[in-house]
Amino acid sequence: MNTAASAQAGPGAAEGGNVSEATGGPAILVLEDGRVFRGRSFGAPGETFGEIVFNTGMTGYQETLTDPSYHRQIVVMTAPHVGNTGINDDDPESGRIWVAGYVVREPARISSNWRAERTLDEELRRQGVVGIALTGTRALTRHLRDKGAMRAAVSTVETDPERLLARVLEQPPMAGADLAGEVSTDTPYEVLPPEGTEARFHVAAVDLGIKAMTSRRLSERGCRVTVLPSDATAEDILALDPDGVFFSNGPGDPAAADVPVAAVRGVLDAGKPLFGICFGNQLLGRALGLGTYKLPFGHRGVNQPVIDTRSRKVAITSQNHGFAVDAPLDGPFDTPYGRAEVSHIGLNDQVVEGLRLLDRPVFSVQFHPEAAAGPHDAAELFDEFIDLMSAQPAPAAE
Amino acid sequence: MPRRSDLSSVLVIGSGPIVIGQAAEFDYSGTQACRVLKAEGLRVVLVNSNPATIMTDPEIADATYVEPITTEMIEKIIAKERPDALLPTLGGQTALNAAVALDEAGILAKYGVELIGANIAAIQAGEDRESFKQIVDRIGGESARSRICHSLQECLDAAGELGYPVVVRPSFTMGGAGSGFAHDEAELRRIAGQGLALSPTTEVLLEESILGWKEYELELMRDANDNVVVVCSIENLDPMGVHTGDSITVAPAMTLTDREYQALRDIGIAVIREVGVDTGGCNIQFAVHPETGRIIVIEMNPRVSRSSALASKATGFPIAKIAAKLAVGYTLDEIPNDITRETPASFEPTLDYVVVKAPRFAFEKFPGADPTLTTTMKSVGEAMAIGRSFPEALQKAMRSLEKSGVGLTWAGEPGDKDELVRAAATPTEHRLRQVQQALRAGATVQELHDSTKIDPWFLDQMLRLEETARELAAAPALDAGLLRGAKQLGFSDLQIGEITGKSEDVVRELRHALGIHPVYLTVDTCAAEFEAQTPYLYSSYDEETEVPAGDRPKIIILGSGPNRIGQGVEFDYSCVHASFALSEAGYETVMVNCNPETVSTDYDTSDRLYFEPLTLEDVLEVVRAEQLTGPVAGVIVQLGGQTPLGLARRLKEAGVPIIGTSPEAIDLAEDRGEFGKVLAEAGLPAPKYGTAYSFEEAKAAADEIGYPVMVRPSYVLGGRGMEIVYSEEMLADYIERNAEVSPEHPVLIDRFLDDAIEIDVDALYDGTDLYLGGVMEHIEEAGIHSGDSACTLPSITLGKEDIERIRRSTEAIARGTGVRGLINVQYALAAGVLNVLEANPRASRTVPFVSKATAVPLAKAAARVMAGATIAELRAEGMLPAEGDGGDLPADAPVSVKEAVLPFNRFIDKDGDGVDTVLGPEMRSTGEVMGLDTEFGAAFAKSQLAVSGFWPVRGRVFVSVANRDKRSMIFPVKRLADLGFQILATEGTAVVLRRNGVHAEVVRKQSEGPGPDGERTVVQLIHDGEVDLIVNTPFGGAGQSGPRLDGYEIRTAAVLRGVPSVTTVQGLAAAVQAIEARVRGDVGVRSLQEHAQALTASRA
Repeated sequence: MNTAASAQAGPGAAEGGNVSEATGGPAILVLEDGRVFRGRSFGAPGETFGEIVFNTGMTGYQETLTDPSYHRQIVVMTAPHVGNTGINDDDPESGRIWVAGYVVREPARISSNWRAERTLDEELRRQGVVGIALTGTRALTRHLRDKGAMRAAVSTVETDPERLLARVLEQPPMAGADLAGEVSTDTPYEVLPPEGTEARFHVAAVDLGIKAMTSRRLSERGCRVTVLPSDATAEDILALDPDGVFFSNGPGDPAAADVPVAAVRGVLDAGKPLFGICFGNQLLGRALGLGTYKLPFGHRGVNQPVIDTRSRKVAITSQNHGFAVDAPLDGPFDTPYGRAEVSHIGLNDQVVEGLRLLDRPVFSVQFHPEAAAGPHDAAELFDEFIDLMSAQPAPAAE
Repeated sequence: MPRRSDLSSVLVIGSGPIVIGQAAEFDYSGTQACRVLKAEGLRVVLVNSNPATIMTDPEIADATYVEPITTEMIEKIIAKERPDALLPTLGGQTALNAAVALDEAGILAKYGVELIGANIAAIQAGEDRESFKQIVDRIGGESARSRICHSLQECLDAAGELGYPVVVRPSFTMGGAGSGFAHDEAELRRIAGQGLALSPTTEVLLEESILGWKEYELELMRDANDNVVVVCSIENLDPMGVHTGDSITVAPAMTLTDREYQALRDIGIAVIREVGVDTGGCNIQFAVHPETGRIIVIEMNPRVSRSSALASKATGFPIAKIAAKLAVGYTLDEIPNDITRETPASFEPTLDYVVVKAPRFAFEKFPGADPTLTTTMKSVGEAMAIGRSFPEALQKAMRSLEKSGVGLTWAGEPGDKDELVRAAATPTEHRLRQVQQALRAGATVQELHDSTKIDPWFLDQMLRLEETARELAAAPALDAGLLRGAKQLGFSDLQIGEITGKSEDVVRELRHALGIHPVYLTVDTCAAEFEAQTPYLYSSYDEETEVPAGDRPKIIILGSGPNRIGQGVEFDYSCVHASFALSEAGYETVMVNCNPETVSTDYDTSDRLYFEPLTLEDVLEVVRAEQLTGPVAGVIVQLGGQTPLGLARRLKEAGVPIIGTSPEAIDLAEDRGEFGKVLAEAGLPAPKYGTAYSFEEAKAAADEIGYPVMVRPSYVLGGRGMEIVYSEEMLADYIERNAEVSPEHPVLIDRFLDDAIEIDVDALYDGTDLYLGGVMEHIEEAGIHSGDSACTLPSITLGKEDIERIRRSTEAIARGTGVRGLINVQYALAAGVLNVLEANPRASRTVPFVSKATAVPLAKAAARVMAGATIAELRAEGMLPAEGDGGDLPADAPVSVKEAVLPFNRFIDKDGDGVDTVLGPEMRSTGEVMGLDTEFGAAFAKSQLAVSGFWPVRGRVFVSVANRDKRSMIFPVKRLADLGFQILATEGTAVVLRRNGVHAEVVRKQSEGPGPDGERTVVQLIHDGEVDLIVNTPFGGAGQSGPRLDGYEIRTAAVLRGVPSVTTVQGLAAAVQAIEARVRGDVGVRSLQEHAQALTASRA
């Protein structure tokens, strides 16, 4: 009941004027190649470092902010108006905002939505997330498209670009970064099916940066989900005797994720049904002996077309990945776990968007069938996982 | 799936004349579709009665039929062309209805024509309210709840269930009579009681009100492999209650979270699948409750729509083009995205900008019409603007409308706050201005939200404008930061001048001195994720310009802005042709326009498209941006109508090279005194005229000239406020109604040439030679605006000497004014004297008609002449005929008739009555059709069929004419009687007829009321569907309110019932010839390509 949402003016609202003068004091954005963008502070004041990437979604900023895969990344929104619907308590994908910094063109001054609890600006301040409002978000995006994702800093403290640049160059690059441990749960926890839904399967989900919607999509299909920390070993997982194992999305370079790759191999050895999303797809690729590589600027948005190589049907998918698996696109190939194939291909740039073992109940996708934010076109992949678990012979003796 | 190999020819149906609700957007979509199908190697057969379209250009399809879109005529085309398939989804509701009618008549089955891109079941499921409701229900969506009631008690019970307010809709009443909103029980008793009484079945539908809810639209596409994408989301700034065509709309949706947006997307996709749209585009509308998020599905269109044209322009995703490809078998993933060239069409565009569309209205043309915006569409055109923020796009859209009184302004005082807030509660074309003025006057976002239900986010964005305006006003000086900030919110130099007390020119100079210019960004479908190959640009005060460098000399063509009455798609036609011709001649073409409905704003049309307002400021910046990347050979202002013409002089003063007719020559033709000198020098007569600054002066002038006179204000164009005045009494009345007569605003008084033949001429002049494009003879007498009167080409009564006189006079005027390019001259031939009424040194709205009727690309030739080619060169090249011109068409040349289409059925006054339909000197038509046949009667019949879809060959004709017309009416009416028509007439007319041996049954006038034995009046007979043709000429002169009123009621009844109506005796003669041709049955079909061949052959 909130038409009076209009009353929730952000802290900067009263000052009026245009974007660059509206919301706060001066702020600068410095890229590692020396390009500088000037803007105004929004959200929390301060200084932040990270890999700068752009997201092309026109909706779903709240989900983006709280997606753990954005850990250590400064996110540029290409959509100019951000924050219009404020922040509500239903839509976060995790317990906190993960982005390292937030770059927008036109931060909303008020929130207008019946579910809104507070403004975006308030939420960023509350969680200490540094943002910058600047005019040239398109110029910035074009730059990143041409030069690739790179290290950057946003600061309201350091006003000298040269000095800030020197510190940007001291930051570690994303390549080689092992970050799952920084976003994962410390202790296992369970997500139960909603009331009225019978728990038919037990899924062990390794949290490498899992989104709330993923557990929800599984649980609403009758899965009891035990979420495990990112350092869970195959033994830890198998000890639960799950019907299926899930490897989640998450931040960082898959090439550095040796522990979870070993866990994937252990699960494969045990013959359990396995499903992976995003980072989970890259882990499966590595477990199968495939390489991974860093994309120039990644796929981040909710409009990415992906074709299913069997049905030839196209799904519009939600994606958020900077790395990809290197696998042959032209048909099945051999792996230590039998034949495999690329199940999905990104139509924009022919990037591998999914893997499937032909002789085992194992598959993964690079995109996000759980969406949030994004279209629900690929939601049936969760049903596919359920089907794989259903098709398994009942436990021999118990 | 690749293209189907079993198809080799496709019939495409266009949307016919431009009418309110179905405008140029279907020319855009149809043109795209035809081009795509042709490129796929298919033979394209096209039918569209509207000559003022690009799609009916002979090179767009293989066989182009400018014929009425009726079952009868299309069957003839099918029988002749035997197409394999029919694609009906790109010509609006007209094409869809035509397809359904052809199917129902068994014609598609008879000739083995397959319907592609749609199926009949899906069309009907989408159209029929009840079955659509069931579909929505089946996919788990919600429709507005409703109950059918047969008594007041049932109504009260239902309202209790639905909750107030409720919408009351009586069943089977004419034009929605008796419907209304009931906010409480008392109102319900009154409205439902009346509704039950009005309904012949004593039945009313009560529906829950969704007035004030948020309104959204999605544009979807589906392919044969069941892939569905959402091309665009659109949010209406005006909440539910205003037709989306009349709303200010915004893309993408601004106030939905991802969850809510995805819920709409899921429902949209489920509906398109459940309805069974085969392939192609589809539009679906939603209402969302602002406080609960409850979603109601309102309706869907299983075809390309007005919104899809908007969505295509807003996103760069060419819906019609893709729909045509899908219809012939491709799937979305097989079609490349034109703009990126690397990525496929199976994706959803993402925007890094905001698009605002604003409607343009023409209420001033229909005095008495209720200006309240409702669920019936009333706008006649629209402008679209793109900016990097909502305020920037909104400001650009509002100034693109070029209409005083509706844009945002900071001039003068805002007015009383409370009054403005209250006024804004009623949606009219002025609402946005009222909201802005209320903010100026201190209203809060909350107050305005309470009053208008406009989402607070939009209101807050408007508040940003107001806050910036205050900052500007308070600043001691305009510094760079302040100025740039204001420009980023879309403030024009003019507005900044209003706020700071400077002229527009001073602000511009200051801005330029500070180095503040817009940059131009690309519409790329992907928010810069991929490099764009298609130069479709918009301005913003942003960071980095993206204008590519060119290597050829550039010509910039200024388009015509939003469609309006008097400046429609005909001007876009000329602009597009210029672009094509100049591109072929080796120039780089640059189009500037802001009308999303048009072909000119298709990014495929020119080498570069700037989607920009056509104001001096915006055009100067485009010219500058182009000059920065290479030499600009010239700017064309002559083809887009009054909009670019009005900029000509100031552009030239700013140093912009104008090519073609010089701005001085344009001014000369507009200045009556100067133009009079040109005429005098050439020895050409013009009707006497005078200029009056008061009633006394007007009276003196009228006495001197002699009644009747034509009077008009001097400061408006296009016939606004123009009237024929028959007496001093009427003159006094006119002056009183147009109270602004003053030294600044004189009234012009012209002799009105009664009984004159009006002639319209389009010609080309290169400084040496004249090419007479065509001589059009009006069917109606002088005094009816040329845009509203039917005309014929070649002329049917003018002799060779007349034509020669016209040729010589036109040449003298063209030479005298200094035309380089097109000129349009209007003459009145009265008592053997060829009077010059006016000359317009520019493309006229008849250029497309003339081009089609004479098979000569006049606008293309004009563009070449403006760029320096001579007529002799163009003749040698083959663009113009080697010999002869449009004035000396062969004697056996077929006859083309142009007829106007009027929007009277759209407008009602506050009491729900129709507005008068009498034609006059003020133009009110929205579009036109063309009839082409071997002789006049058949051609005229086709033009009438194309307008109304119906033309009687038997039945009852009602005749009532003014005294002055009684003599001329006898013979044609007698002929009708001979042809078997039963004649009904009012008493006076009946007596005259009877004395001349024609039996006419006397019917009662409306003013007489029903007879003692219940004899019905003529109006009742019309309403009862018992009259097939109406002949009613208006009674001139004041003080004759009785007959005038009778005529008004007859004509409005005719409009409501769709009965063909003739309002002049000349029209009656033409009508009789048309009926004779229909009775003889020799109305055939011929394509424009055949027509051109025949003309060329008979010329040789």
